[in-house]
Amino acid sequence: MSEKSDKLFSAALVIDDEPQIRRLLRVTLEANGYRVFDAVTGQDGIVQAAQCRPDVILLDLGLPDLDGVAVLKRLREWTRVPVIILSVRDRERDKIAALDAGADDYVTKPFSPGELLARVRAALRHAQPQGVDAFFSNGDVEVDLSARVVRKARQEVKLTATEYSLLRLFVQHVGKVLTHRQILREVWGENYVEQSHYLRVYMAKLREKLETDPARPALFLTEPGVGYRLIEIN
Amino acid sequence: MNDGDRPNPDALLAAIQSEAAQGRRGKLKVFLGMSPGVGKTYAMLEAAQRELKAGRDIVIGYVETHGRKETNALTAGLPMVPRKSLEHRGIALTEMDLDALLARRSQLALVDELAHTNAPGSRHPKRWHDVQELLDAGIDVFTTVNVQHLESRADVVRQITGAEIRETVPDSVLDSAEIELVDLPPAELLQRLEEGKVYLPDRAAAAAANFFRESNLTALRELALRLVADHVGEDTQEFHRTQTTEGPWKTGHRLLVAVSASPLSEPLIRWTRHMADGLKCPWLAVHVENSRPLDESAQSRLEKNLALARTLGAEVIATADEDLVHGLLRIAHQHNVSQIIVGKPSAANWLEWLRAGKLLRRLTRESGNIDLHVVRAEKTEAAPAKPRWRWPVQSHWQQYIATIGVLATVGLLNALLNQFTGPRVPGLVFLLAVVLLALFVGRGPVFLAGALSAMAWNFFFLPPRFTFVIANVEDAILFGLYFVVAIVLGQLVARIRAQELAERHREERATALYQLSRELAQAGTRDEVTWQLMAEVTRVFHSTVAVILPTGQNFSVHPDSSLTLTEKELNVAEWAFHHRQAAGRFTDNLPGAEALHLPLTTERAVLGVLSVKLPEKTFTLAQRDLLEAYARQAALVLDRVALRAAAEQSKLVAESERLSNSLLDSISHELRTPLAAITSAAATLADANGAPDELRRAMVKEIQEAAARSNRLIGNLLDVTRLESGHVRAKLDWCDVGDLIQTTLRFVERELSGHEIKVGMSEKLPLARLDFTLMQQALSNLLLNAAIHTPPHTAISIQARQENGFLELSVADSGPGLPPELLPRVFDKFSRAPNSPAGGSGLGLAIVKGFIEAQGGRISAANRVSGGAIFTIRVPQTEKQPVTESQL
Repeated sequence: MSEKSDKLFSAALVIDDEPQIRRLLRVTLEANGYRVFDAVTGQDGIVQAAQCRPDVILLDLGLPDLDGVAVLKRLREWTRVPVIILSVRDRERDKIAALDAGADDYVTKPFSPGELLARVRAALRHAQPQGVDAFFSNGDVEVDLSARVVRKARQEVKLTATEYSLLRLFVQHVGKVLTHRQILREVWGENYVEQSHYLRVYMAKLREKLETDPARPALFLTEPGVGYRLIEIN
Repeated sequence: MNDGDRPNPDALLAAIQSEAAQGRRGKLKVFLGMSPGVGKTYAMLEAAQRELKAGRDIVIGYVETHGRKETNALTAGLPMVPRKSLEHRGIALTEMDLDALLARRSQLALVDELAHTNAPGSRHPKRWHDVQELLDAGIDVFTTVNVQHLESRADVVRQITGAEIRETVPDSVLDSAEIELVDLPPAELLQRLEEGKVYLPDRAAAAAANFFRESNLTALRELALRLVADHVGEDTQEFHRTQTTEGPWKTGHRLLVAVSASPLSEPLIRWTRHMADGLKCPWLAVHVENSRPLDESAQSRLEKNLALARTLGAEVIATADEDLVHGLLRIAHQHNVSQIIVGKPSAANWLEWLRAGKLLRRLTRESGNIDLHVVRAEKTEAAPAKPRWRWPVQSHWQQYIATIGVLATVGLLNALLNQFTGPRVPGLVFLLAVVLLALFVGRGPVFLAGALSAMAWNFFFLPPRFTFVIANVEDAILFGLYFVVAIVLGQLVARIRAQELAERHREERATALYQLSRELAQAGTRDEVTWQLMAEVTRVFHSTVAVILPTGQNFSVHPDSSLTLTEKELNVAEWAFHHRQAAGRFTDNLPGAEALHLPLTTERAVLGVLSVKLPEKTFTLAQRDLLEAYARQAALVLDRVALRAAAEQSKLVAESERLSNSLLDSISHELRTPLAAITSAAATLADANGAPDELRRAMVKEIQEAAARSNRLIGNLLDVTRLESGHVRAKLDWCDVGDLIQTTLRFVERELSGHEIKVGMSEKLPLARLDFTLMQQALSNLLLNAAIHTPPHTAISIQARQENGFLELSVADSGPGLPPELLPRVFDKFSRAPNSPAGGSGLGLAIVKGFIEAQGGRISAANRVSGGAIFTIRVPQTEKQPVTESQL
């Protein structure tokens, strides 16, 4: 993973109507080597996204003209650029709606700059076609997708087919929140999106096999009411 | 008009304020008994123990257990304020220490024997004064009293038992009190007395034998029961005030109606039933049988009458006595009857009238302190009053013809008589005919009868016959006298009859009014009252009618009104409203109007206007009286309804005001505190050139903490708002309880870092149907709450288990526990423990409760025996976890 592609040449577009937030984000991002553009309205944001070709977009949901989710949908009509939602709305409904509409991540205001930068980095990595590593490791857990091998503490872990496809989905989207519906659809299929108990049972199994302390998960984090997230390399 | 007549908003305000003031007063609960020994003190202590369990702060101000073991046992755990010793003429007396009790400021004080007279030298002469002072200080009081000590009842008790009652308590003390009746059947009380379980002071012992008789106790018991029933039925004090026309009723009313085989008994029975309804008292229907046999039809009528009384709720008693009056009074005395109702002798039957009159006089003489009602009985019940009262049955010309006919007949009779007598006898017979006629016909025909009979006598009988010439002076004088006597006598009788008629009309009017007030008494809302008023007016006056009520600044005509009011009529109605005077037709104000507009007024306010369009051209004084009485009656009831609504409203207002005040206080405090911290920390940082890193870090940490705290508060406020607007709907889903607990702990990790967290849950806990997010927030709040209220490094434990169809989650801490007085309202908004550390908004637990209940669960709070508080959540789990496909 090249530090350069992440930082020095990445451009971020901030779409937020609050000047104070825009100022803060600009300072934070520029201090970390991003070029920063900003837009105050949804319309302007869409135009800027087309003109400046940012590598990542930070989008506020409460915009004066368009709803953030509407902006997101308009963007998704023509670009796969990672979009991170920034919002004061903390209801799960809003989060799920944004994530299902194609957002890559969701950060609730107030947020810490460190947290935000980590999410931005994760989003940028996904955006690169080759960015999905076939190899994942965190602590003593190693996953090699090309070889279909999963190891914990150097010992190979046996996973069932469903467990493996669940794990593969997380590895492919490491660092990103996956909603319940997204996971169920990807692993079990369209007919299973309401069968949340499948997911609960398999998440428990996966944690049992891979977490050091399954009672205190450190790899697979629960996002209450929204979904799960696999934690990046620490 | 003068301003004093205008409705006075201050009065209403005062009523509302007094209501609000009552909220701050202590509550009085009275344990009422029929006599000593029924166990009032015991019941009071039992209730106190229940309150103690509920965590209330209770002290004993004065309780006399008389050394009884069971009663003593109940004082366990109740702290006692030591009694005060007084010396009076060398005798040491102990009394309740009022000052100590006030200083103690408990939530609830127990004060036995409300009617007690304090020793001379005490602050108040009577103990109930002490109780008033406690209540005024906001302390709730439990007390005991016997029914004989109530001022209004003392008299009755004296009559029943013959005992002198010296210590009385004004009834008003009980007005806003909750009364609990301590009841014991007389037989059991007597048994307790025999077993020596009832304490009696020595000086009372002698009197006691007389007092504790079963018949006395039964009467006292009834008195006590009735008092409680009355109390329960009462609305508010204002209600009584508006009902002043009726006045308070005497205690222990019991009516007796005398029933015979007469068809007139039936209306009499109904009348009594109405009156009993009005007095809310029991009634008896009594038939006194004598040895004279009844014929078959009379027997069946009697049975019908008694059956009717029974269906209408009377206690039916048949007794045998040759003397009707004696029989009635015997039953009356046996049953503590307060009022006897008998029928008024009917004037139609002279013999009957004479006999009944004699009975009535005897009844009046011998009934002693029993009230007597002599009621006119008619076969039809409450015949609708006619719009205008006319001479009954015949029209004038019919009467004239009848008069002439009667005179002609009498003349023929006289002609026969005259063959045996002198000319003077026919004159007297004529005179008798005139007097009798006067009983049945009007003044005009009587006058005619007098004149005609004088002429006829002169012409046919006085010599020289068949001329109008009178031969001698004697006859001339006789003739003249006859003429005068016939006319004067006739007129006198006619006048008496007219008076009697007027009497009947008055009665009809009273019946009509009574009917209305009965209907109105059942009406609960403004609409119902209005509707009843219009129905009655229409029925009695055969008029079209409208009621106009003020709505804010405007007036609106009640939609059920049968009379459509033009703009002009409306203006007249408004005039009547504002000037509190009748206006429109038949009045001196704006008489050009088509309808008569009567304001519905009470002393306190104008409630509306009754507009009536009468079909007749004239309007008698009697009609007007009745209509005005209607308006007054309706106004009283409307006022009562309005007052009740206002009282309810003011309660609501006071409550919401209290809430919004504490909300504003809490929010402004909670928001400004962190803002102040941020502002001052930021200022310190700005000036901190070259300050040590340590200081900078400390300031930054302050800012972060303050921000987190504001954020938490806002989150709580949003949650409360969502809960209150009903927008919190649980989305139940299968949840991994272990994951739930761990995720919750991860979110509050920082806040809990100073505490030791223990998680206890069974290995194989099945998935549970929950709303993950709501449950996570509820648990977070419970954990944060525990962290704030317990000392650092103490343990907080979370337990989860599933059994008997419930998921049970508990959060227990090892802190000081919840203050007992807070326990019952720990989940209320803004209820915070006194001296609780800063950082809570008083909303957290309210939100927890809301979230848990949204999921169909329950939460309870308690203090653990081993110390610390424990919150237990129980959510029912009815669905079985669905089977997932087996591992592949």
